[in-house]
Amino acid sequence: MDASEEPLPPVIYTMENKPIVTCAGDQNLFTSVYPTLSQQLPREPMEWRRSYGRAPKMIHLESNFVQFKEELLPKEGNKALLTFPFLHIYWTECCDTEVYKATVKDDLTKWQNVLKAHSSVDWLIVIVENDAKKKNKTNILPRTSIVDKIRNDFCNKQSDRRSLPLFSRCCSSLRMPWCSTTSWTPSSLSMWSTSGPGVSVPPGALDCWVFLSCLEVLQRIEGCCDRAQIDSNIAHTVGLWSYATEKLKSLGYLCGLVSEKGPNSEDLNRTVDLLAGLGAERPETANTAQSPYKKLKEALSSVEAFEKHYLDLSHATIEMYTSIGRIRSAKFVGKDLAEFYMRKKAPQKAEIYLQGALKNYLAEGWALPITHTRKQLAECQKHLGQIENYLQTSSLLASDHHLTEEERKHFCQEILDFASQPSDNPGHKIVLPMQSFAQLRDLHFDPSNAVVHVGGVLCIEITMYSQMPVPVHVEQIVVNVHFSIEKNSYRKTAEWLTKHKTSNGIINFPPETAPFPVSQNSLPALELYEMFERSPSDNSLNTTGIICRNVHMLLRRQESSSSLEMPSGVALEEGAHLLRCSHVTLEPGANQITFRTQAKEPGTYTLRQLCASVGSVWFVLPHIYPIVQYDVYSQEPQLHVEPLADSLLAGIPQKVKFTVTTGHYTIKNGDSLQLSNAEAMLILCQAESRAMVYSNTREQSSDAALRIQSSDKVTSISLPVAPAYHVIEFELEVLSLPSAPALGGESDMLGMAEPHRKHKDKQKTGHCMVTTDHKVSIDCPWSIYSTVIALTFSVPFRTTHALLSSGTRKYVQVCVQNLSELDFQLSDSYLVDTSDSTDLQLVPLNTQSQQPIYSKQSVFFVWELKWTEEPPPSLHCRFSVGFSPASEEQLSISLKPYTYEFKVENFFTLYNVKAEIFPPSGMEYCRTGSLCSLEVLITRLSDLLEVDKDEALTESDEHFSTKLMYEVVDNSSNWAVCGKSCGVISMPVAARATHRVHMEVMPLFAGYLPLPDVRLFKYLPHHSAHSSQLDADSWIENDSLSVDKHGDDQPDSSSLKSRGSVHSACSSEHKGLPMPRLQALPAGQVFNSSSGTQVLVIPSQDDHVLEVSVT
Amino acid sequence: MAVCIAVIAKENYPLYIRSTPTENELKFHYMVHTSLDVVDEKISAMGKALVDQRELYLGLLYPTEDYKVYGYVTNSKVKFVMVVDSSNTALRDNEIRSMFRKLHNSYTDVMCNPFYNPGDRIQSRWALLPVSASSPGGPYFLCPYPVQVGPTSCVRSSPGGPYSCVRSSPGEPYSLCPIQSRAFDNMVTSMMIQVC
Repeated sequence: MDASEEPLPPVIYTMENKPIVTCAGDQNLFTSVYPTLSQQLPREPMEWRRSYGRAPKMIHLESNFVQFKEELLPKEGNKALLTFPFLHIYWTECCDTEVYKATVKDDLTKWQNVLKAHSSVDWLIVIVENDAKKKNKTNILPRTSIVDKIRNDFCNKQSDRRSLPLFSRCCSSLRMPWCSTTSWTPSSLSMWSTSGPGVSVPPGALDCWVFLSCLEVLQRIEGCCDRAQIDSNIAHTVGLWSYATEKLKSLGYLCGLVSEKGPNSEDLNRTVDLLAGLGAERPETANTAQSPYKKLKEALSSVEAFEKHYLDLSHATIEMYTSIGRIRSAKFVGKDLAEFYMRKKAPQKAEIYLQGALKNYLAEGWALPITHTRKQLAECQKHLGQIENYLQTSSLLASDHHLTEEERKHFCQEILDFASQPSDNPGHKIVLPMQSFAQLRDLHFDPSNAVVHVGGVLCIEITMYSQMPVPVHVEQIVVNVHFSIEKNSYRKTAEWLTKHKTSNGIINFPPETAPFPVSQNSLPALELYEMFERSPSDNSLNTTGIICRNVHMLLRRQESSSSLEMPSGVALEEGAHLLRCSHVTLEPGANQITFRTQAKEPGTYTLRQLCASVGSVWFVLPHIYPIVQYDVYSQEPQLHVEPLADSLLAGIPQKVKFTVTTGHYTIKNGDSLQLSNAEAMLILCQAESRAMVYSNTREQSSDAALRIQSSDKVTSISLPVAPAYHVIEFELEVLSLPSAPALGGESDMLGMAEPHRKHKDKQKTGHCMVTTDHKVSIDCPWSIYSTVIALTFSVPFRTTHALLSSGTRKYVQVCVQNLSELDFQLSDSYLVDTSDSTDLQLVPLNTQSQQPIYSKQSVFFVWELKWTEEPPPSLHCRFSVGFSPASEEQLSISLKPYTYEFKVENFFTLYNVKAEIFPPSGMEYCRTGSLCSLEVLITRLSDLLEVDKDEALTESDEHFSTKLMYEVVDNSSNWAVCGKSCGVISMPVAARATHRVHMEVMPLFAGYLPLPDVRLFKYLPHHSAHSSQLDADSWIENDSLSVDKHGDDQPDSSSLKSRGSVHSACSSEHKGLPMPRLQALPAGQVFNSSSGTQVLVIPSQDDHVLEVSVT
Repeated sequence: MAVCIAVIAKENYPLYIRSTPTENELKFHYMVHTSLDVVDEKISAMGKALVDQRELYLGLLYPTEDYKVYGYVTNSKVKFVMVVDSSNTALRDNEIRSMFRKLHNSYTDVMCNPFYNPGDRIQSRWALLPVSASSPGGPYFLCPYPVQVGPTSCVRSSPGGPYSCVRSSPGEPYSLCPIQSRAFDNMVTSMMIQVC
């Protein structure tokens, strides 16, 4: 509505021409309220806001209520004031939505449309609640819903509605207790207090008016409700209380009632104006002892009265807010109260409200309110002289990014000013948490593994991020270190510490999220670690457990909520171990600070607290987390000797690494290692040996010459000069000499000093290398005791021998197998007869003098045995061959050849066995399925020899004979032997004596078939002499032998047996009887001249099946 | 047209709060914080009765002399609070409701951003660009929020104004202003300038 259209009544002091107000809707309702309305209305003073800067006036107004008729509405352009209806009211007491929808809404719409058609914009809808009517209906909605509906349907369509005070008066005069209480809120009131354009009121007049309105409404409510009702509706009325408090406060400030000195004359003038503007109290309350009007008048009359009323109201409001759980609102009113107290120079009363509010904002993480309240609190604490609290708040504010640079500097300066004051109590410290002053960002160890030996230097560089807006000079920065000795932990031994490195020696500290509140689920998780303590000697488990590493984080959270602003809880730890850095200027932002310390006692050092002192102010970080530790160790000097390769090989020079860990011992000039020489191990001295000297951390290194002197018994190695906690490394070449080999005999074994098999090599090589241990005793300069070191060498070769025959000619074959990973060059192979019989000659058939032998491969050597007279029964041989690693260039020393000794017995051929197969008579070839004849010819090649003299030898008439058993075996199942396959013969011991055996065999397959094997055994009589030889003889004469026992009933059995070994049958058939024994003839004594011979077998003609086996 | 829009976490700390720059920011922070009392009250009053229909819109929380404060609560108990000028009668219940719905959708998008950790403040990302190469160490970008990490330190010249960020030492790598949803910010901006 424009100002020009404002329907203000003319200046009439006696109401002769009353403004016309039309009434529509429920006429009965209006009639019922009309008497009261027409009486009460003129008594209310009304404010007349006048345009063009004229002062408003309070006037009393009467109205002429008429029934609404469309004719009453003025035509376009008609502005006749006296007949002009100024306001249109619609009355209804509808409280039922159904009725509303059915009739009232319609009616209202019609009414509105008529008004709209005549451009009448000033209207009012009054809803009257009727308690009696309400009770009749149970299902009606709350009163407010009709109000809301009407508001929704009609009010919002008006863009510039203004309620009128009339409404208020109606309510109060009609005594409608819950006349839409929900809308009794500041907004309803504020709408009324909004002045139209161009209308001005004296400052504070509106506040007075709102204050009065609020209190009047509240008083009405109190007047018509009982205590319980009021209490249950605090939520609805507390807004009015709060609003009234707020208005009274602003009136107090306006009228100079809140200042320390009291109001000045200008304030007093203003107060007088305001009081005058209030006018006279309304008659109905004028006589009561208490009324809002009186209250306001009194409150504005003096500083004391204002304080009393303001405090009453504030406390009542806070109490009400608290009682319904609106803590935030209560705190907010409390903050106003605190401001009031601060103005009244009563900071001790203000503090509790500021603390309360701040705690609330901190707990919920509202940064701007925190900053604002903290600023107020700082001022309060300063007035109260709470130095520590003030400094702490100041440090928080100085680091607060929500403040301007100037404000931050101011608070920082407050701290610095205090710190620079000469203290009347020297040594008194003000301890404040470091968090707001500076933050620890990261930490870097040098050496990076945070391990240092006794006497060593450790550097710790930290990054502190200063939160202060200006550079701050810090007298000293101190790290409190806790020292502990953990002797029993393996992890604290020098060996473990120097070998296990941390990632990079940098520890990062998570930035603390200061203004964030902590919800239950964002609490840090328990950091649990399993702990194992192992014995340093054998690494066995000593103790185990679980450690929580962030206990302080979890426990701190609980206390923090109660003492967020309190500097208490930070205690300076006093400890003997400190890292200190003096006179540091912390620039805003990141600063690097380096601590240097020389390690003294061995043990674990844990960095616990970080303190920075600025004058008497100490900023303390009570817990450094994550845990930061460094270790100091002391170490005994040690010597380690280990092969450079996986294993050492005997016979060739091998490198061995010596490691001297100096530990706390300093190697002086002249210190040497004294090695007592082992017999079969040489230490090869090279002209130029160098040793490397490292620091324990392997960061620095140098090399030095090594002097080695050897005498018969002792090798002396002069160590280079080295400081403590260094490592000296050098290599030496050693050579394990093959010790005198024992007689190998027929065994494959090599004769060595302490032969034993190494199982771990088994899978790798297939055969294991024979090893030998050498023990060396070393005297070290730091100890009176000798160190004994065992070195194990593996023999790279395995040697076997074999006797080969060709008729009566004899050969010795030696096989050398290289088991190692290396290739060797073999040279100068010899085989000598150690018994030195002149008669025997060993003729080498080996052509090459030099021969390579590759890894995992074998080389064979052959010699022919030649003799002129009778050969010796046994032969003692020594094989030797020179060898050197194939890859190596010229070796500095000549190597001893590899030797192998063995014995060969019974190598002279006594019997020649010759087998032949003939086709059946009349046939040209053998045929499958047809019997062929097998002729075996056994020939004695020599006369009686020494080797023949055994139990089987019998003598009669100066003729000697012995008993032999032959056996025909066909393991390849080519032949079926028909009839008996073995037999015992008596063989004359004389040269060229022969025995012929004939048997029938059947070829089972066609083709070139190898002949069945013919084996010879020596047939020894039963041991005991008493058992009659005759028995045995007669049994032998029987000749049908074992198989005949069931030969008759099982005709095929013999042929079946012939396929397998008859040996077992022959030897074990007659258990219990005195059994003759069979002894295999040594391979050298029997020569099978038909071995390798084949016989052509053709398929029988009626064979239609050709069996082909493919393998 | 809203004068202040706030998103408040389940734990009642502000995830996002922005007000018209012409007005005193602090006033709105207090106002929104205080309104949580009524939000809590309304949520607990809703109780089980309204579980079925799950009305998220809480309606008018409370009016002050100059403003109306409206509330809205998501299923995950994140609250939206909107402050509008009392004189703005154009904004009726339905408009407010639909504004909240838009805000909710936009907030859901923020939550869907894999780079957003639920519970973090919702902040817009500003690329850090040097003002000029010839001013090493000089102020070289503006950040709407204080940067507490990285090689920069930021100060604001006036309360509520932008932060000038300065490299603490030349040559260090650039860092980014704390993060996130540009779209959300734009959404809020549109609600604050939009005249319904």
